[in-house]
Amino acid sequence: MKTKTFAAFVAPSVVMMMLFIAFPLVGTLFQSFFVSRSVVETVEVKNCAPGFLKPICTAQMRTLPKFDENGRPMTETVFVGLQSYRNILEPAEAWQALTSGDWAGLMNIDFWKALRFTLTFTFVTLPLVLLIGLAIALSVNSIGRRVRGPVIFVSLLPFVITPVIGALSIRWLFIGDGILTNLLQWLLDTPVTVFSQAWSTELLLIVYRVWHIAPFAFVVFYAGLQTVNQDTLESALIDGATRWERLRYVILPHLQPLIVFVALIHMMDSYRVFEEIVGLNTQSYVISLQWITYEYLLPDNAGTRQLSRAAANSMLTMIGIVILLIPLLRQVWRAHRSVRL
Amino acid sequence: MTARAFRQSFALRALVRAFLFGWCLVALFPIAWVALMSVKLPIDAFAENPLTVIFGPQTRATGLGLSLLDIAVGGSVILGLLQFSRYRLPRIVRQRVPERWRALAWIAAAGMLAVVVWALLLEVLPAVLGRIDPLVGPFGVPIVGFTPEHYRAVWFERGFILNFWNSVVVTSGVITLSLTVGTLAGYALSRSRTEFAFWLLVMALIFRALPHSVLVTGYLPVFINSSEYLRPFLGDAAPTLYGTRIAVIAVLVSINQPFTIWMLRSFFQNIPSELDEAARVDGCTHFQAFRWVILPVMWPGVITTGLFSFLLAYNDYLVTSLLLDAKSQTMVPAITSMFNRETTATDQVQAVAAAVSITAPLFFLVMAFQRQIVSGLTAGAVKG
Repeated sequence: MKTKTFAAFVAPSVVMMMLFIAFPLVGTLFQSFFVSRSVVETVEVKNCAPGFLKPICTAQMRTLPKFDENGRPMTETVFVGLQSYRNILEPAEAWQALTSGDWAGLMNIDFWKALRFTLTFTFVTLPLVLLIGLAIALSVNSIGRRVRGPVIFVSLLPFVITPVIGALSIRWLFIGDGILTNLLQWLLDTPVTVFSQAWSTELLLIVYRVWHIAPFAFVVFYAGLQTVNQDTLESALIDGATRWERLRYVILPHLQPLIVFVALIHMMDSYRVFEEIVGLNTQSYVISLQWITYEYLLPDNAGTRQLSRAAANSMLTMIGIVILLIPLLRQVWRAHRSVRL
Repeated sequence: MTARAFRQSFALRALVRAFLFGWCLVALFPIAWVALMSVKLPIDAFAENPLTVIFGPQTRATGLGLSLLDIAVGGSVILGLLQFSRYRLPRIVRQRVPERWRALAWIAAAGMLAVVVWALLLEVLPAVLGRIDPLVGPFGVPIVGFTPEHYRAVWFERGFILNFWNSVVVTSGVITLSLTVGTLAGYALSRSRTEFAFWLLVMALIFRALPHSVLVTGYLPVFINSSEYLRPFLGDAAPTLYGTRIAVIAVLVSINQPFTIWMLRSFFQNIPSELDEAARVDGCTHFQAFRWVILPVMWPGVITTGLFSFLLAYNDYLVTSLLLDAKSQTMVPAITSMFNRETTATDQVQAVAAAVSITAPLFFLVMAFQRQIVSGLTAGAVKG
């Protein structure tokens, strides 16, 4: 294919990605160094109260917003450098808390609190998703063909469900005297309130995500199991390998690239955890990095959005993504070079 | 010999079955239970005793319930409709409609089916069975509480139907545009071995990993002030992009583009390039070869990719809740606004009904396209 035709074919896609991904990305970076605020002026205001002989007057300096000719408050955009980043990271307080070993103090700062949760969430759900997905795949692979279809159908439901709605459904099962809260109370014989402390809320978020993503791991692994070399399996059997050994030395090595694939996709997606926080309404105890950006982007009561802070927070979130991507990109690069050579 | 040698011991088989049964229960329970709650009066829906939620005595006491006869007739009608839509309807469409109108015919058939189901289950059956129930004695006595009241309230009184329409516009826009743009790029990428193609794919991979909030932060100030920015080019017709559905469609298409081109590329790679070379020898241009030779054999891949575009657009919350105004809001952000201001138990159950309404299309989607979804999930994985 000639370069010109190639360019013509990919042009619409590239233009859209440039316009709506690359360009906003640069825009966000710029935004994080600037702050828009309303222009204020300091004026002297004289307040006079009636008094005997002479009214008592006091002069006061007050700052008032300036208005333009249309009567709207004027805004100006100023370069503030790294101030927005400082506002989010609060480095002085964080450093002080860290050196004095004050964990709770560090967790009072939204960003560090969210970072802690996001990382915990990513690395706790990862092994759970892989294990449960693999377990379901192996089980489905060993049962009769007639039941496989229905099991796959049921398994796909948690995967396709709208994340916010799925989280809401789980919330309705636990809220107040919800059905599962009751079940837990009956099983544990103690009063249970899931949404009134941080750790149980966090646990619920993790359980929800595993429920939501395990089907994806299952389907990918199940497809991989269909292509396991039957001859190798048979010779392993003849050599006296137990079921566990066959799994360990034949099946898992075959699935290894798929496991890496699922792990990477899952890490990217769970690092962006956000919808569960909204659906389960956990923000008073547990927040995530992307949720902070969202919160800054929502207009407050006066209708203003804290764009600069949102931008700074997104840029900080990106650092994590870049770190996650480096091993993947190195692998892609190596594969590419080996094809060339 | 092999089948027997691989056979599991009885204990292992029992364990596997129990595990799978448990998983299916866990997978289905939240969805099924919420659906059950949505047809009960609030006092039953949030009752402590699970049996109360299932049978709904309070709902039944107000005269809203299903008798044995209702369940039997309703169940068989639903089963009949399922059979019809799975086997008869596809056959009719395939036999009666010429090839070129088929895509349209599928959409029309799905729409007609939805109307028939709605009319039959919510209008005709209740009216008919309401007449018959008093005549059949014990079979006509309500045993399970059931009320479609909340659905009616949500859809018509609270204007959810408007949100539904917005969802339809946004998702169909996203699917059409993202497939048009994506197939072109995916085809070119699958046929090109240049350095540029490689870097484009790597770039798409990086873009796929970006948190969407980063992008929305970039859009917001531009979209809100877009009429000022665009005035020099478009004059007074310059639109404010914030709050419009078209802007959200463009955004969702672009966010989805990296995934779409990777997936379509892996589908296109399965088609031997001899096919387009033959077409080129016969005098086709590249575009003609793509349009008339490659696309017709690509339908499975296109449908699968379209499904995933649908899921992305339909399920999105972050972009739609920040970039759409109240008038053009889609279903998912609409439900959270409904949920936040709600105080009474009735509002809660109405929100539950709205949630079930959002999930129902996804349920049917999986039912109709299970195989395509599975092949789509694995397409990216197996070929790297």
